[in-house]
Amino acid sequence: MAEPVADLAANAELPEPDVAREWLATMTLIRRFEERAGEMYAKAKVGGFLHLAIGEEATIVGSTRALRDQDYLISTYRSHGHTLARGSDPKRVMAELFGRVDGLCKGRGGSMHMFDLERRFMGGYGIVGGNLPIAAGFALASDYLGLDEATLCQFGDGASNQGTFGETMNLAALWKLPVVFMITNNQFGMGTSLERHSAVTDLLRKGEGFGVPGMRCDGMDVQDTYKVTLEALRIAREERRPVLVEALTYRFRGHSMADPEEYRTKEQVDEWRKRDPLAVFGSRLVEEGVMSADEREALDAEAIERIDGAVAFADASPHPSPNELYDDIYVLGDQVRGWYSIDERTSTPHRGEDERGMTENLPGHADYERAVGSSETPPAEIEKPADDAQRDDG
Amino acid sequence: MAVMRYREALNAALREEMARDENVMLMGEDIGVFNGAFKVTAGLLEEFGEQRVRDTPISENTIVGMGVGAAMTGLRPVVELMTINFSLLAMDQIVNHAASIRYMFGGQVKVPLVVRMPQGAGHQLGPTHSHSWEALFLHVPGLLVAVPTTAADAKGLLKSAIRDDNPVIFIEHEYLYGQRGEVPDDDDHTVQFGQAAIRREGSDVTIVGISRMALTAARAAKTLSEKHGIEAEVIDPRTLRPLDLDTILASVRRTNRCVIVEEGWPHGGVGANLAALVSEQAFDDLDAPVQRVTGADVPMPYSKPLEQLAFPHEPQVIDAVLATIKPRR
Repeated sequence: MAEPVADLAANAELPEPDVAREWLATMTLIRRFEERAGEMYAKAKVGGFLHLAIGEEATIVGSTRALRDQDYLISTYRSHGHTLARGSDPKRVMAELFGRVDGLCKGRGGSMHMFDLERRFMGGYGIVGGNLPIAAGFALASDYLGLDEATLCQFGDGASNQGTFGETMNLAALWKLPVVFMITNNQFGMGTSLERHSAVTDLLRKGEGFGVPGMRCDGMDVQDTYKVTLEALRIAREERRPVLVEALTYRFRGHSMADPEEYRTKEQVDEWRKRDPLAVFGSRLVEEGVMSADEREALDAEAIERIDGAVAFADASPHPSPNELYDDIYVLGDQVRGWYSIDERTSTPHRGEDERGMTENLPGHADYERAVGSSETPPAEIEKPADDAQRDDG
Repeated sequence: MAVMRYREALNAALREEMARDENVMLMGEDIGVFNGAFKVTAGLLEEFGEQRVRDTPISENTIVGMGVGAAMTGLRPVVELMTINFSLLAMDQIVNHAASIRYMFGGQVKVPLVVRMPQGAGHQLGPTHSHSWEALFLHVPGLLVAVPTTAADAKGLLKSAIRDDNPVIFIEHEYLYGQRGEVPDDDDHTVQFGQAAIRREGSDVTIVGISRMALTAARAAKTLSEKHGIEAEVIDPRTLRPLDLDTILASVRRTNRCVIVEEGWPHGGVGANLAALVSEQAFDDLDAPVQRVTGADVPMPYSKPLEQLAFPHEPQVIDAVLATIKPRR
């Protein structure tokens, strides 16, 4: 287990005040979003799995701020922060968690599968290691088309043990692709600690044998993460060499909401919480006169207000209609005129999304109504909690 | 019309589509310098260069995954896998990613990817190089599945696959690579997905043959006519997703009998699926239970005689047809 690496970059020069404020604002937005998402999960407004990135905000914001608008970002099932950092509207991210039509993916992806093409956030992916080849594919297309784009691929320490890790490192180096692979090393693959899942624990070295040099940044420090990622992207873009960046960080919450955290001690979590990126960076901005304490509070209040709005928006957004069940499986055209599955409830082969009306009469419709009904909560119950005890300020 | 081999027809399709659209590019193991394990890509490296014809390391899952990513961001990659058995290494990218991405991301992107691979027994390649698994891919919503039998269809369907905006699993057959057939000269000759071909007309029984089995079925039909006075209609569906069920059902409604011939395993196979569809849709038109002729329910053996026993031949098709006409005692 790595010790908290304090002060690696604490003395690094701050960016311009506007930039520093924006970084803090975005990290705060992500923190408050994640906290509220956790609360909504507890209220059963959010289904499935929910993986929060609380503690990892500096890694998220520092790395994504090194990207240009035309660059691609691709992430994992822990990606609310990445899509928010890329500029996605928190309303639509929350609506996706709620499974509603106004969600980024119309309620079909959920927490693990965010996507925002317009902002070149190219997805959260639920299969550990599954996104690495796809990231290399983006870089291949950029290279093939002669475009000045780079790809930043985020994955966790656990993914560095997948076969796709070695395969993708090799191919990216072999084909000189403009891609940066960033291991968000939060030191656990689910509940298995780094030294129990990886023979090599200096993860920045794991790409070397495949021709991908490694760099490391302090993932609890937004400025250091930014600087290292910026340099890695420069190498990828200008020198046409992929780079592996290890961002050493820590998640303060469990792997998912269903994690009793029996694999680590409270003392260890507390030790890392002392380095809470939000608290450390926020205090520094105040100490160095970039903003006043009041301004810092105001920035936090603004984030909370936006999240309040996001929850209200998500709750008001309708569930997807039964008619949408078969939408977007295929791109329709001359030779693919509709979905081509057999619905076990009808014994009738469906032909064409233009016959969508037939879905209304499916025997399963009543089940749908029940599912919609079960997640309706009286508005009073979804108001934000009054006390600030839920806040994860470290 | 020009007479060419199935592999040459595939080669022509790739060449023409690459000439037509510069975003069409190829990736695969030994497709370039080596000219392809089955020579389908012969000469393409020389003609189009290393940017567009890429030899890859032996990393099936990652090759397909890169194809997925490149397809999402503007290219039209055609990935070759050396045999269908190796596609299992890429199942994560094919099923969890290529097939799901458009749906799970709310229709924001498309994945115009073609994954080509050969299947089939008969070359004594044993249990890791010889299977027929169209059923595995048919199972997956989001994929299109083509199983061309003739040279003309190989060319026409591959061109349609490359031009289509959906991920396509394009299943070739090792035995068919050397088979000759007439192919239209037209550079724009395409075969639309979802249109079955009636290889032989007949009024007594409908035989549906998948991939190479369409040829086996056609041979059986000839014998049935000559020796038994039975006129079989032989249908080659050509694509399994989309499936031209209408043509099959129309035939069954005339013949009142249906036999499905496939090289794959019986349980959960293409025939099992199709037999269910025909029974559901045309039960009242059937004079006998739908018969299936399938590959044996075993991993493919190496021994030549055992291997020959493990996939369908003409006599089994004839027996199945006779069973629909003279029910077994």
